[in-house]
Amino acid sequence: MSYIGHLIKSFTLFELLKGLSITGRRLFSPKVTIQYPEEKTPISPRFRGHHALRRYPNGEERCIACKLCEAACPALAITIELEERDDGSRRTTQYDIDMFKCIYCGFCEEACPVDAIVETRIFEYHFEKQGENIMTKEKLLAFGDKYEESIALDRVADAPYR
Amino acid sequence: MGFEQIIFYLFATALIMSAVSVVTVRNPVLAALFLIAAFFSSSAIWIMLEAEFLGVVLVLVYVGAVMVLFLFVIMMLDINTDLLREGFMRYLPIGLLIAVVIAAEMILVMMSKVFDKPIPAPLPANHSNTEALGEVLYTQYVYPFEIAAVILLVAIVAAIVLAHRKRPINTKSQKPGEQVRVKSSDRLRIIKMDAEKRAGS
Amino acid sequence: MDTLTAIWGSVPEFLQTFIIILLKIVAILLPLILAVAYTTYAERKVIGYMQVRLGPNRVGPKGWLQPIADVVKLMFKEVIVPSQANRFVFLLAPVIALAPAFVAWSVIPFSNTMILADINVGLLFILAITSLDVFGIILAGWASNSKYAILSAMRAGAQVVSYEIAMGFALVGVLMFAGSLNLNEIVKAQSGGITQWFAWPLFGLLVVFFIAGVAETNRAPFDVAEGESEIVAGFHVEYSGMAFALFFLGEYANMLMVSVIAAILFCGGWLSPFEGVDWLINLPYVGVLFGHGVHWLLLKTAFFIFLYLWFRATFPRYRYDQIMRLGWKVLIPVTLVYIFAEGIYIGWKMWQASHGGGLT
Repeated sequence: MSYIGHLIKSFTLFELLKGLSITGRRLFSPKVTIQYPEEKTPISPRFRGHHALRRYPNGEERCIACKLCEAACPALAITIELEERDDGSRRTTQYDIDMFKCIYCGFCEEACPVDAIVETRIFEYHFEKQGENIMTKEKLLAFGDKYEESIALDRVADAPYR
Repeated sequence: MGFEQIIFYLFATALIMSAVSVVTVRNPVLAALFLIAAFFSSSAIWIMLEAEFLGVVLVLVYVGAVMVLFLFVIMMLDINTDLLREGFMRYLPIGLLIAVVIAAEMILVMMSKVFDKPIPAPLPANHSNTEALGEVLYTQYVYPFEIAAVILLVAIVAAIVLAHRKRPINTKSQKPGEQVRVKSSDRLRIIKMDAEKRAGS
Repeated sequence: MDTLTAIWGSVPEFLQTFIIILLKIVAILLPLILAVAYTTYAERKVIGYMQVRLGPNRVGPKGWLQPIADVVKLMFKEVIVPSQANRFVFLLAPVIALAPAFVAWSVIPFSNTMILADINVGLLFILAITSLDVFGIILAGWASNSKYAILSAMRAGAQVVSYEIAMGFALVGVLMFAGSLNLNEIVKAQSGGITQWFAWPLFGLLVVFFIAGVAETNRAPFDVAEGESEIVAGFHVEYSGMAFALFFLGEYANMLMVSVIAAILFCGGWLSPFEGVDWLINLPYVGVLFGHGVHWLLLKTAFFIFLYLWFRATFPRYRYDQIMRLGWKVLIPVTLVYIFAEGIYIGWKMWQASHGGGLT
């Protein structure tokens, strides 16, 4: 009996028609494609994009060259050199991130005791020449200055969950 | 010279050139390709002789089926052409002799009275070669035709029997027929059971 | 105008025939190539929509220029010949793959008078020519000197040869009803509106024919010849640029071919389904659209092409031994039984006709 049932089912192409009906219905359903440059998906405040170095409100850079981020970095993308400044504080002389090595894990941000190195929500950037992939201290600071407002807002939004 | 004549000479030269190439070309795959070209040109000539059914069947059977299998075999074999050429000089006299005999026979046949007929009048445009063939095959020649079909069937069965190897009993193989018949209930059993508490916790 | 006719008159007669045939060929091929280009667009769009995506929509308004962009890209790419490949056969193969796909269009009746070659054995001619497609694939596979390519060539060759039989049997059913191998005669045998189409009494054969047609053109779900998960892209792994484009063109031209044949043999070709509904045909202005004409053939072909795309969007790829089983153990017996039943029916009808319906 089940054999005859199977025969009828396979010769009427029942299961194939069932499959066709599913794709046929989807043909008319609303499309979910995001038209990227014009439309963008919402981004979480925790998004890990381009790096930036932050400053205190008085303009002093936050980074104290503790090298925790360098130690935490699994891809060995961060290179730090330091010296003592005239006022006796530790500051970096070199803070390079190789963006080709970076895997955007966010460990540097988590390791940082003073919230100096952060990953922003900016992910649309590119390099045109060899060497541009090395983000120097100046570039990172400038980046932080430029987007300080959105960086600060993201930290505030995420603060309750940390 | 009319349009038809030009076409005829075109296909005739193509036929002869490709037929010659079949035996002169060194690469066996190229030789097979030239054989296909030869079949093609000869079928074109048949079509020009208003034997369109035979012409098309020539392409369908020989080019479409036989030559595909031929090419398969040639591509799979690693033919050593040097080895084949080894006895060329030794067999040349015999080969030439056979060629001369065949040529003489063909000339004799062609010159005989059988072909000494007047050229038939061109058939009307709506004459169907296929219908005429079918009528003859299924009335006058019905027994020879059916016997030929049976002989072909026997040949197929014989080929399979000869080529069939007994496999060891324990050989594993997939049976797609059984596989497509399988239902989810044959493979998957959903068990209803109450949640249990682990003793330790 | 007079000078033109004078020049035309001075051309020898065989050249006149030649030029006229050449012009007709161009008139068929140009729309065909355009149709092929836009079939690729339709395919990407339809499959996209079925996967709840939008499909190509960047080149030109709504992506209409996408196929043109693809063609331009392919034209400017280099044709790379592998170092150990047989150069002559390697470059010949795409041409061999493409030529039969185009030649077969010469016998298609687009309307009652629009036929390039109205030959008596049109149906057989199409079968013969489509059986040549496989050579392009086999030769490409062999000449590439690549394991993937030759594996794919073997698969494609065996598959096409096996499904040819089922396809041929399905066509036998049609010609038993039509009583002719001439495609235009077959179309005319279905005149009398939608109820007279062969698709109704021969529905099983239509299904078999279309399945075999999908397998014959190596399209999903029977596209093991280019199964990208196991043999990269099959016989055309080593091809690039225009050589690859020719294979692509051939494949899509074959798809269109199978669809057109299905439309002609089973759905009345250029005949209008509304034949006999006089008030519709006598409507002012739009009435012409409901009469016979090439637009009906195009519409029916488009339907079958859509089925092709729908199948590709829906079904997962068959395993190779399942393909062989389906071809030899299912489709061929089914068609044989169908033809046998049809033969009995036709014999009964003839007996009834010769006896003046004495039995009833």
